[in-house]
Amino acid sequence: MASPTRKPRLAVWKFASCDGCQLSLLDCEDELLAVAGALDIAYFMEATRGRIEGRYDLSLVEGSITTAHDAERIREVRRRSRRLVTIGACATAGGIQGLRNFADVAEYAAAVYARPDYIATLATSTPIAEHVPVDFELRGCPISKRQLLEVVSAFLAGRRPVTPAHSVCVECKLRGTVCVMVAHGTACLGPVTHAGCGALCPAYDRGCYGCFGPKETPNPASLSGRLAALGMDGGQLGRVYRSFNANAPEFRQESQRHGRQDEPQDDQG
Amino acid sequence: MAGKTSRKTIRVDYLARVEGEGALEVVVRDGRVQSAALSIFEPPRFFEAFLRGRAFGEVPDITARICGICPVAYQMSSVHALERALGVTVEGPLRALRRLLYCGEWIESHTLHAYLLHAPDFLGYAGAIDMAGDHGEIVKRGLQLKKVGNEILTLVGGREIHPINVRVGGFYRVPRRRELAPLAERLKWAREAALETVRWVAGFDFPEAERDYLFVALRHPGEYPFNEGRIVSGRGLDIEAADWENHFEEIHVARSTALQARLKSGESYLVGPLARYALNADRLSPLAREAATEAGLGAVCRNPYRSIVVRAVEVLYACDEALRIIESYEEPDAPAVPVEPRAGSGCAATEAPRGLLWHRYRLAEDGSVAEARIVPPTSQNQAAIEEDLVAHIQGCLELPDEALRERCELTVRNYDPCISCATHFLKLTMDRG
Repeated sequence: MASPTRKPRLAVWKFASCDGCQLSLLDCEDELLAVAGALDIAYFMEATRGRIEGRYDLSLVEGSITTAHDAERIREVRRRSRRLVTIGACATAGGIQGLRNFADVAEYAAAVYARPDYIATLATSTPIAEHVPVDFELRGCPISKRQLLEVVSAFLAGRRPVTPAHSVCVECKLRGTVCVMVAHGTACLGPVTHAGCGALCPAYDRGCYGCFGPKETPNPASLSGRLAALGMDGGQLGRVYRSFNANAPEFRQESQRHGRQDEPQDDQG
Repeated sequence: MAGKTSRKTIRVDYLARVEGEGALEVVVRDGRVQSAALSIFEPPRFFEAFLRGRAFGEVPDITARICGICPVAYQMSSVHALERALGVTVEGPLRALRRLLYCGEWIESHTLHAYLLHAPDFLGYAGAIDMAGDHGEIVKRGLQLKKVGNEILTLVGGREIHPINVRVGGFYRVPRRRELAPLAERLKWAREAALETVRWVAGFDFPEAERDYLFVALRHPGEYPFNEGRIVSGRGLDIEAADWENHFEEIHVARSTALQARLKSGESYLVGPLARYALNADRLSPLAREAATEAGLGAVCRNPYRSIVVRAVEVLYACDEALRIIESYEEPDAPAVPVEPRAGSGCAATEAPRGLLWHRYRLAEDGSVAEARIVPPTSQNQAAIEEDLVAHIQGCLELPDEALRERCELTVRNYDPCISCATHFLKLTMDRG
């Protein structure tokens, strides 16, 4: 526990990822110095070489687990962290690199690298919660910096973060955006996708592509019927759920309903 | 005892203030730097493998995720390569908006690097937050300048990280002139702040270190390069992006497992701000050119530590160019040109903040990706970074270990290496023989 005499210690950790979610903290240009004033940034390699060894009050974890070494490292991070919050689709659902879970990773390595035998990688990309207990999961590819500040503030106040689990559709209504699917027949994952982005894509005249992952209790089978009526074929329906949150269970199962027969069936759920 | 003095290994296990995670190892034998190895333990994510089978329209959303710091670069190289494969050309206001978007990324990424990642090295701080204790106003100016870059990305791209508005053929939605007006006001402030930034970083104390680099960058007939141009070098190379594979290759270096891009003649080369400036200084705006001269850059800058000055000049240019684009912007009739799927191949290179980013795609008849190849700037610079370490560390061997380690890190940070992008990097195993 943080004693009253010292500021809580924040650590930011990276696993397989693009760095974008931890960059969100540095993108809080108006708030960064205030955050740094309220917390001791004890480990944040993207931002500082200064580091404090020992235990951390809050660890933000970016990225998914794709190597045996990282599977060990996350256990050490957990042991040293009072609260552990995953930030983003990689840490929460395995990320875009989780597409290997539907394929043969040796074939992937051979397609990209001249010497695939040098590649040490696991066959799967898995979320942090499959390896250690997680206190809170923040969604998004990338996360919303507004929601990141909410998580950090909630932690400092000792309360649970407010990040509604309703759909992007609710955010469109709140924003006053005309429904792109109803009005224009544009395919949209909004009805099954977790809120948090502020319904960005429909405001830019395109359908949501699901980068915040599934909302609570989604009904993707019903949405797929509508998408098929808009002209999507089986291949497209398989792919539309299979991007940055492809391994979130609800998206994985729905993509497999439309996917190829010869690929591995759901063996992770 | 003799062994101790004759042999020394300097290790930096986690490089701080680079995007992504890497380490470096320098081996010294009998007072000579024998080797320097930058090792990347960023786990592979296999983008080129899982891009296969995706529809061409899905590609820019996916390639953005290679790098959270420079997603626009990945989107731009992929849409231009795909448009070549599909026989489409994007011109006029849509082309100008793409340039504006790239200005936003350069301002955001370069300012992040100059203020938050690189300047603390020169001023003796562990990071920008410590630096803010003594230089609060300067750090705030950097954050606000960075924010203006992000405001361009947010308005034109939809959001700062992984913009949602880029598509093959153009955009999903284009801004109205009146939406851009407040941005122009912010950019006028940013241009002043960028000018102050050039003066600030020009006053740093730079190590004397010049190397005769082989610079490689895009060159365009009328513009400082973002999205278009021929690939040229300081020694006479002048090719189309489609010819990259005829002149460059990614090879295995002896005793290492990393792929590094080199010229087929075996030479290492340098991409990024120093290369762009050396090959395109005459294409800068008058204001940026003047600031470069005032900062003492000359026609060519071969000191990698001064790359921070060149980045600051490029931020100034990007502010100036963004203002020019906004002032002359005419709303296009449609947000995108029509694109029909077809079989084909296309290559494109664009100038990511860190340097040349090359993509090639082969499409099947239905417009799905049959093959993809991506060569990021950091894999092209890796050989030059290691040669720099060997050259520059030799003169600093008398420094105590900790100071030497910091000098090694500073040398690597000159390149603003983006390790998450480096899809071809492998974990490197040193033979310490």
